[in-house]
This record gives sequence, C-alpha cells and structure tokens, in this order.
Amino acid sequence: MFRSKKEFTAAFLSLLPTFIAILIFVYGFILWTIRVSFSAWVGVMPNFTFTWFSNYADIFTSERFQIDLWNTFFFTIFFLSICVAGGLLLAIFLDRKLKGKSLFRNIFLFPMAVSFVVTGVAWRWIFNPGMAGSPTGINLILSQTGLSGLEWGWFTQPAQFLHFHVALIPVVIAAAWQLTGYTMAMYLAGLSGIPLEIKEAARMDGASEIQIYRRVILPMLAPITLSVLIILVHISLKIFDLVYTMTGSGPGFATDVPGINMFEKTFRGNRYGEGAAISVVMFILMALIIIPYLLHSLRREKK
Amino acid sequence: MKKVLPVFSLTAVLAVVLIALTSCGKTAENKLEIFTWWTAGGEADGLQAMVQVFSNENPGIEFVNAAVAGGAGQNAKAVLATRMQGGNPPDSFQVHAGHELIDSWVVAGKMEPIDFIFTNQMDKFPKGVLDIISYKGHIFSVPVDIHRANVMWYNKKVFAENKLKVPATWDEFFAVADKLKAKGIAPLAIGDNGIWASTMVFETVLIAKLGPDGYRGLWTGQTAWDSDGVKDAIKTFVKVLGYINDNHNALSWDQAAQLVADGKCAMTIMGDWAEGYFTSKGLKPNVDYGWAIAPGNKGSYEMLSDSFGLPIGAAHRANAIKWLQLCASKEGQEAFNPKKGSISSRNDCNRSLFDIYLQSAMDDFNKDNILPSLAHGAAASESWLTMCNDVMTLLVTDKDVEKADAGFVDAAKKSLKM
Repeated sequence: MFRSKKEFTAAFLSLLPTFIAILIFVYGFILWTIRVSFSAWVGVMPNFTFTWFSNYADIFTSERFQIDLWNTFFFTIFFLSICVAGGLLLAIFLDRKLKGKSLFRNIFLFPMAVSFVVTGVAWRWIFNPGMAGSPTGINLILSQTGLSGLEWGWFTQPAQFLHFHVALIPVVIAAAWQLTGYTMAMYLAGLSGIPLEIKEAARMDGASEIQIYRRVILPMLAPITLSVLIILVHISLKIFDLVYTMTGSGPGFATDVPGINMFEKTFRGNRYGEGAAISVVMFILMALIIIPYLLHSLRREKK
Repeated sequence: MKKVLPVFSLTAVLAVVLIALTSCGKTAENKLEIFTWWTAGGEADGLQAMVQVFSNENPGIEFVNAAVAGGAGQNAKAVLATRMQGGNPPDSFQVHAGHELIDSWVVAGKMEPIDFIFTNQMDKFPKGVLDIISYKGHIFSVPVDIHRANVMWYNKKVFAENKLKVPATWDEFFAVADKLKAKGIAPLAIGDNGIWASTMVFETVLIAKLGPDGYRGLWTGQTAWDSDGVKDAIKTFVKVLGYINDNHNALSWDQAAQLVADGKCAMTIMGDWAEGYFTSKGLKPNVDYGWAIAPGNKGSYEMLSDSFGLPIGAAHRANAIKWLQLCASKEGQEAFNPKKGSISSRNDCNRSLFDIYLQSAMDDFNKDNILPSLAHGAAASESWLTMCNDVMTLLVTDKDVEKADAGFVDAAKKSLKM
C-alpha cells in the first residue's frame, strides 16, 4: 500500500492527532455515558455508585419515555415518506428540462441553508392557533378565506389515535419542508447520472414513459434512496432543536422526543443517570440502522 | 509533499500544546466575577444600579458579569454546573433561594456557610426566609429580592361590567367563573408552554386545600402525597382546567397576562413579575388591573427569591464577601428591588421607593406565613421539580387524578429518600 516506510510514517503522523481526538472525544465519551447510565447519579456532583439497570427500568416504565418512542416512530415514518416521495417528485419534474429549472432547484434547496432553530421558530408562528375569535397564522388565513371550519389547534391539540399524536403533524411538515429540497438534490444528481442511452433504448423497445420510470430509472436510483433514508433516519432519531424551538414537549408530551426528554432530565432535573440511559437507548436505535449500512457499504467497497 | 506532511502535523500538535499551556496561567487580578442571568429589562437595570453602588464603595475592583441570557436561567445553570464540577467556580452566582441551592450545591459541599454576613442583622430578615436559606443551622445564601407567587391578577373592567366580586376561595372562584363563561369570557388565563405556569396554579390549590403547615409538610415528608387533601387539590385543579383559555399550551405567561389586559380573559394566577408586564404595557394599577391573593391563600405568602452564595474555592473570596454584604444591605436592596419590581428581603427598606402593589406585598410579607414555591426552586430540588412537572404535563391533558397522584407519590418517594 505504501511505497516506502517514510511515506507510511508521514501518513501515520498526520492521521494521529485526529485519531486520538476521535478516540477520546467520541468513543471515550460513549463509554463514559454508558458507565453513567448504570450509576445512581442524581444531583450536580458525580456519583458513580453502580445501580445496574435501574435507570433503564425507570425510563422504560415512565409514560413520558413510552410516548417519546411512539412519537419518534411516527415522526420517522411520516417525515421519511414525505421527504422521499416529495423529493423524488420534484427531482423528476425538474429533470424534464423545465424552464427556469435552476431557479426552482435553488428555491427548493434553500430551506436546507436555514438552521433548524430558525425553521422551528418560523413554523411555530405559522401554526400558532391563536384563540377562538382571534385566530393567528394558518388559522387566520383559513378564517379569512371562509374555511373557518378547518381551523384547529395544530400543535396544541392533545388528541391521539393509536399512539399517534396529531400535534406531530405540524412538526413533520416543518421538518419535511426543510429537508425535501435536500432529497430532491440527491435524486437530481442520481437522475443526471443515468445515461441517456438507457432511456432511449427502453423507448426503442416500446416502453411508455411511466414504464421507463418504474422499471428503469427508479431501480437505478435505489442506492440514492438508501443513502437518503440513512441520512434522514439519523436526523429523525436524534431530532431536538426543531421540536424544542417549535413546540417543546407539547400538551401531554404530544410532541416530546427522546432528545428533549434527555436534555430536561439531565440539565434541568440533574438526573444524570436517567439522562445517560436515554442517550444510550438513542445510541442503540441509531446503531441498529447505521451499522448494517456501514457493513453493506464496506462489503461493496471490497468488491 | 513528503516532507511537508510530518512538519505540518508536528506544528499542529505543538500549537495545541501551546494553547493549552497558555490558558493554564491564571492571573490574579483584582476582580469580582458574578454569574447571573439578569441580562434584560428591569432586572438588568437593577443589577446595574447595584453594581454602581458596589463600584463607588470599592473603587479598583473590576466587576465582571459572566451572565448567560435566557429565561429562568436554564442555560446559565448548565454553564454553572460545568464550571462548578470543573473546580472553577465564579466568585458568586445567582441561584433561587431554597432547595435549588441547597440540594444542588450545599449538600455536595461546594458552598461556604455565610452566617457572618447576617451577624447583628438577623432581626432584619423574617424567620420564614431564614429557614428557606438555611441548611443544618447555617445560612448559605443572601436573598436579594422576594417575589410572591400566589397572586391573582384580574381585569378591573371585566369585573365591574359584569358586577362580579373577586373570588377569595375556590368555591367563589367557580361561581364567578361560571358567570364569566356564560358571557363568553375565559375566566382564567394560563400560559403554560413549558408547563411551569400550570405548576404555579396547582401550588396555590395545594396551599388552599392543605393549609400552610400541610403544604410545608409536603416537602419534608410530613404530609403524605396520597392523602385526601392532595387528591382533593388535584381534583380541584382539574376542575379549574375547565375554565381556562383553550390555547394555554401555546402561550407563555406574559401572553396569558396580555389576554387579561385585553379583557379576553378575566384573571390569571402568576407571580408578581406580572405587574412589571402590566405597567410596561401602560396599564394602571387599581384602574386597569387589580390583584388579589390566589383563592384560599389568604395569610400565606408563597415566595421565591434570587440569592447569591459563596462557592468554596472562589478566586476572589474577599471581593465576593464584599458583594454579599452589599446584597444583604439596605442600600443594595433599595437600589435593586424597585427597578426589578420585587420587594426586599429586609423589613426595613424605604416604602416610598416602591409602588402601590409592592407596598401591599411588603405589608403581607411582614405578617403572613411564608411558604416556599415549588415551581421556582424554593420548595424542592430541581430533580423533584422536574418529576412534578412531568406529572403536571400529563395531568393537564389527560386529567387523570389517580394517575397524577401516583406520580406525585413516586416523585416524593424518590426525592425524600436522598
């Protein structure tokens, strides 16, 4: 691999600082968090008394954490579907030599440039329901256009169906608004990588446009879809800032997510043990998704 | 390229080491580093006035405010915790008097007792306040201001137009509330985004149902959380929820106060910082808005207080003590409180500096039973408070009295055994 010993030393030395930093600040602290999650640490001063799984027992029996897991589940499903379907659709439209294509591409991609905090605050204003008789935001538009029957509480609505809190809908919309443009950009790149010859060959064989998309283009976009899904899932599992600024925990934890729960348990309640346990659960959820993906891409690299 | 790389990485390593070394060298300047989250509005003005007094008395000491902005100081608390854990405390820091200070820092052995500040002036502070700031017979912080939590603010015009009497008990409250509701006015405004505003209303119901001693006993284990009194309080609170604005969870406390100012709601139960909000909107006390003690709370002064303590290992201990002496002094408190909109913790301050509401609060403060507030760190540790807030968040939506009571019992059990 290396032409000389000297070259090896050079590479080794230049990688060493990063390697050490990652070892300490990433892997070291992961281990430390796991250790804290087994401790009885309540209060601001560290207490490493072993309590084994009692923090985990506490969080899994707490109603709040159960709601968090359901919320994460539904948020992920809806957020992913909207981003993937919406992004793909936009990409296909833009790929069809539309006039002003680059203008639209930039408009759709622009929300990505905004921080989640800004998105959260802006969408909070938009969906703030106001009061009966003095609606604000979307409700104001609805009442001004004679659609006052559609006004409702948005993220202040505590209702739920089979563990799905309707208050999550505005949050999903805000998150999807921000990241659909990103999936679109990914798909656009994928579409431009598909050689024209393949499409033409399919057309020669008498395939209709829809058939070309279904049988030729979509399968060729599969690797893109996989990357998109992985990136979006990891955003969705650890989402914090958007929800925190937009709705907070919401009525009856309708929009609570593990990230917010962890933050409040740790830094407001000084319940470091339980906070660490929540982080570890989030970490495991994430690992269940990321590790198979890494293995998959490693295997592909070897080939 | 071959030679450049190792040279580059070595330089990088050297640079990191150098930065680390230079930041270790501490210079002993004549400073006073205070950690507070008073960064805006009246409280920042009050702090400025107090700093002015401090600089006049102690020329040559540089005052450094390591403030972190943000509401009830949630960001500040996280930064403070990091510094305290790292053995680099500020010279003094703002903290809610009571268990927020005691359970977090005093029990951990991070604070110095400061009884000496109070020598010869113990009689200037009410006993109820000294109890709240003491742990095992020693005093650990200087309360600069006193806020009252159990105040009900109401719109005078709404009450006059509907010929209603301001309710003094919860039964009267429900009678008045029914009449207001019939007129299409939401009786009680709550802005419980972040839940603590609901916790405050619930506290006043607890005081009303259990009485001052019963309420105090909740935090020491003498009053059982599964007692009938507590269950009655939860039921009453759930009933109150039927009379509040529907968008309560989208609002903050000041937006709820605005609903009262606009006459869309008739009353709100909020700490007396609400007065500062009303006056800042140009409303006149006793003309546009009125105040009463929360229903059933007569004779109880539910307080919260910002205080300063002395961390062990403060870099400029002597200066910190000068600061604490100023915080405890008549001069310092008179400079701070009128601007902040709170009363002094001393009972000998000049009444004429304070407005009409604060004067009435001063009268009550000197004769009432002084009780600690849960929502603002005085009654219980932050760990206990967040558990109670979690229970409240579910209670406000699902209104399940039994489940909430079980939650409170569990929170008390976990917190009292420590």
